Amino acid sequence: MIPNDFDYQKASSIDEAVSLIAQGDEDTKLLAGGHSLLPVMKLRLSMPAKVVDVGQLQELNYIREEGGALAIGAVTTHQQLASSELVQQKAPALAQAAGVIGDPQVRNVGTIGGSLAHADPAADYPGAIFALDGEIVVQSSDGKRTISAKEFFVDLYTTALEANELIVEIRIPLNAANQNSCYLKFPSPASRFPIVGCAVALHKDGGNCQEVRVGFSGVGNAAFRDSAVENALNGQSVNDQAIANAAAQATDGVDVLEDANASEDYRRHLAKVFAKRALTQLA
Amino acid sequence: MKKQVQITVNGVSYRGEVEPRQMLVQFLRENLELTGTHVGCDTSSCGACTVVLNGRTVKACTVLTVQADLGEVMTVEGLASNGELHPIQEGFREQHGLQCGFCTPGMMMSAWQLLQDNKNPSEGEIRHALEGNFCRCTGYHNIVKSVQYAATKM
Ligand SMILES: Cc1cc2nc3c(=O)[nH]c(=O)nc-3n(C[C@H](O)[C@H](O)[C@H](O)COP(=O)(O)OP(=O)(O)OC[C@H]3O[C@@H](n4cnc5c(N)ncnc54)[C@H](O)[C@@H]3O)c2cc1C
Ligand code: FES
Ligand code: FES
Repeated sequence: MIPNDFDYQKASSIDEAVSLIAQGDEDTKLLAGGHSLLPVMKLRLSMPAKVVDVGQLQELNYIREEGGALAIGAVTTHQQLASSELVQQKAPALAQAAGVIGDPQVRNVGTIGGSLAHADPAADYPGAIFALDGEIVVQSSDGKRTISAKEFFVDLYTTALEANELIVEIRIPLNAANQNSCYLKFPSPASRFPIVGCAVALHKDGGNCQEVRVGFSGVGNAAFRDSAVENALNGQSVNDQAIANAAAQATDGVDVLEDANASEDYRRHLAKVFAKRALTQLA
Repeated sequence: MKKQVQITVNGVSYRGEVEPRQMLVQFLRENLELTGTHVGCDTSSCGACTVVLNGRTVKACTVLTVQADLGEVMTVEGLASNGELHPIQEGFREQHGLQCGFCTPGMMMSAWQLLQDNKNPSEGEIRHALEGNFCRCTGYHNIVKSVQYAATKM
């Protein structure tokens, strides 16, 4: 399968990339790892006239501590995130999500920025970004803006990103809950995408839950934070009973996907099971 | 519009003009006639097209040739040196790690990546490292044994 013809330009800097997409025209596509874009271009479901490659921009490839947050460049690969000791220590849920994406070859090429921009409802990262209270920094010729996870993920394959904006950085706050976080996934046996992915960040003090954040991937049209589970556990003493009660609330009041992989009921059930496992692991 | 590329493949530098929409696997097979790298699914699932690009394995059916510009590629043809099989190739021969052989080049490149990252992998680690490569013949057991054999020789 061969994509439709297109013009290709490799950006040599962030500024150049931003100026190449400044028109905001839908016929121009950014390319990072290409592991979501190229498959749809081969099927000719997407036929951009111009492709701007940012995949090899070293300016966008980094993981560092900065201003109370982990700052991650947009073209950092899944493999780099999964194997980073800094991420494993400060935001284990993110390293774990990265480490269970697809297979080794996909992780060697795919990037966090590309995955967030693509916003596949079954992508692994978004649930973790919610649970870690992460932010997405984007840049256009008008400057930079920072978008919270809640504003960023709008719907199936739909984000708050404008066509003239480049994701430059993902920021994960450094805090006690993020340091005690995890990501667990129930993969589709064929594609390895999550049928349910659950990320939890939990901070306890003297056995009491001070802060808990629960994010789900693969469950709804877009990833979300599950306030029903969070409210049931916040301020409680963290024990098996409290965890079971809280996990049983998972997906309450939320629209849940139904597809060839799983019925709505089965997904709700899996969400409760995975919330319980994740909370138990962190307790 | 065609683009100039310069790509080093198995230590030899190639220059040429390619269409931006050409996939790396086509460049290797059709322009360079290195047909050891196979196309199985052409949809980034099976791993038959796996090659090493700048030190990491990739599925060459889902990478543009222009993305590999100025890069270094190693294909299955680059494993043996001076007419001597690489320990991974020797392992596949000694442990009957192939039947039809279609998946084998990709399997070997994934095995190469694993042994690069982990000199002494467990059976479970080997199986996880080969998750992106399908084999329709062997049932995988002998492939795992082949990689274990290679690990002891490297
Ligand atoms: C076989 C296979 C299995 C997979 N399994 C999983 C899985 O289990 N879980 C999972 O989460 N994902 C999975 N994926 C998807 C994979 O993680 C992709 O790498 C990821 O979704 C896209 O990242 P990319 O860098 O390849 O982006 P690209 O394909 O290059 O781009 C994707 C989209 O994002 C846009 N874009 C890219 N970078 C930026 C940027 N910096 N700013 C703004 N827009 C940008 C592009 O224009 C495009 O629209 C799988 C993919 C394959 C091929
Ligand atoms: S041919 Fe590339 S993954 Fe199957
Ligand atoms: S040996 Fe035939 S597909 Fe693996």
